[in-house]
Amino acid sequence: MGRKIINAVCFIFLIVFAAAFIFPVAVVLINSFKAKFSISASPFTLPVGDEFVGLANYTEGIKSTGFPSAFGWSLFITVFSIAAILIFTSMCAWYIVRVKNVFTSLLYYSLVFSMIVPFQMVMFTMSKTANVLRLDNPLGIILIYLGFGAGLSVFMFTGFIKTVPLGIEEAATIDGCSPFQTFWRVVFPILTPTAITVAILNSMWIWNDYLLPYLVIGGDYKTIPIAIQYLKGGYGSIDMGAMMAMLVLSIIPVIVFYLSSQKYIIKGVAAGAVKG
Amino acid sequence: MEKTVKRWFPLFVMPTLAAFVIAFAVPFIMGVLLSFTEFRTVTDANFVGFSNYIRAFTDDRLFIDSLIFTLKFAVISVIGINVIAFALALLFTRDLPGTNFFRTVFFMPNLIGGIVLGYIWQVIINGFLYQFGYSITSDPTYGFWGLVILMHWQMIGYMMIIYIAGIQNISGEILEAARVDGAGPFTVLFRVIIPSVMPSVTICLFLTITNSFKLFDQNLALTAGAPSNRTQMVALDIYNTFYSRTGYEGVGQAKAVIFFIIVAVIALAQLSLTRRKEVES
Repeated sequence: MGRKIINAVCFIFLIVFAAAFIFPVAVVLINSFKAKFSISASPFTLPVGDEFVGLANYTEGIKSTGFPSAFGWSLFITVFSIAAILIFTSMCAWYIVRVKNVFTSLLYYSLVFSMIVPFQMVMFTMSKTANVLRLDNPLGIILIYLGFGAGLSVFMFTGFIKTVPLGIEEAATIDGCSPFQTFWRVVFPILTPTAITVAILNSMWIWNDYLLPYLVIGGDYKTIPIAIQYLKGGYGSIDMGAMMAMLVLSIIPVIVFYLSSQKYIIKGVAAGAVKG
Repeated sequence: MEKTVKRWFPLFVMPTLAAFVIAFAVPFIMGVLLSFTEFRTVTDANFVGFSNYIRAFTDDRLFIDSLIFTLKFAVISVIGINVIAFALALLFTRDLPGTNFFRTVFFMPNLIGGIVLGYIWQVIINGFLYQFGYSITSDPTYGFWGLVILMHWQMIGYMMIIYIAGIQNISGEILEAARVDGAGPFTVLFRVIIPSVMPSVTICLFLTITNSFKLFDQNLALTAGAPSNRTQMVALDIYNTFYSRTGYEGVGQAKAVIFFIIVAVIALAQLSLTRRKEVES
């Protein structure tokens, strides 16, 4: 009986807490249909009468931010960076585990080291380097993301590869596979769960990243976070209506992605933590 | 076999190595060297010894103030987030209805980017303060607590997932044995559950500490340092030193080196401290 009451209290508490988590997103959604001058004064009321402006904020916001192109660049950069990270860091991690010498362990520890360095430490020199090497375009930035993502990704792949028995690979070699074939036909399929985790952790970061793309390609190619930040005018004035609408548009793809692959995301995050 | 693998170095290692050198290793070394010079464009660097490091603290109080602000923010956020996330994780181990739904809701904010999060909370907080005739930039206290609330909203779900995984790993037999031996719920919590989830505590503390110190996007979007740079965290101060003050590039780089050392020392100290607790249990 006592346990039942405690459970009921816990359940009510969770409902209240969940409401507090949904509330901010709901407010933004409601205000995206409200006239821009009513938003700051009364953000917590439903748009009624004159306040309701339909999709005006959306058309205004899409026009001033170039949202479709920002969405396109965000998607392009995220997808191809993740592909590059998965392909190259998994091969690199396998090499580091299988070839043991001073160089590979130096490389491994440098990569791990890079994980704790704050971005501000390299932001100025990295964007200069990218500029000099002509990497300041949507293709070049993929190479930069490969370099920045290598730390966590190699770390996670090596952690898993160490547990893969050598016997399977030796059998493949005896059957005439080159190391390249062995890796892609035998090793990588075993790595798939780790690859999913690596892909999820990196896409959460790259999709939302603001400062790195802003410094490297921000002037010519705006990703979603850059486009949102540009809505803030030079003197700090913001068209609140357009802002609300753009916030909604930038949250929708994230929520769709989350709800469609929630199982993998939750598992990936938990698995990533255990390895870390 | 190692020998044949070795010949494949160019294909297996070179792409990652080249990207790492270009994006991180070279900029990192250049950054350390440039912190001892005065420069505008990197190629015009003049050696000035430690003067940038001294100027970071003596030219104005911005850096030291941002360090204090960041430290306060980090202490409150790390404790608050971990306590709440752990408490929620404990609730999830009771057989309550709708756990999947709650987990989905609590984790969702973590997937939303820092810039978007900052503007979402700006509307909420401003809308609330508007009723009293204030805005988030009226007083630095509002910006501070705004950032604290935002950070909690973003990170609680993430940490909760990690704690849930840790708690689920505890074998039912140990818990049952403790109860049979007459341990009450508090004894079970402090003597069995918490010691068993120390690996999760290690990683959660590491993630919350490093994320609190490195916070940038949320700070930029929520207050951008207003009023008069008094809600500016270290990362934002370094950014402004580089990009809004000509002639301060060297000072900005020196601040970045100091920032890096602080984050590295705190993160490593925390890791070794909590790892030791793991071994004991």
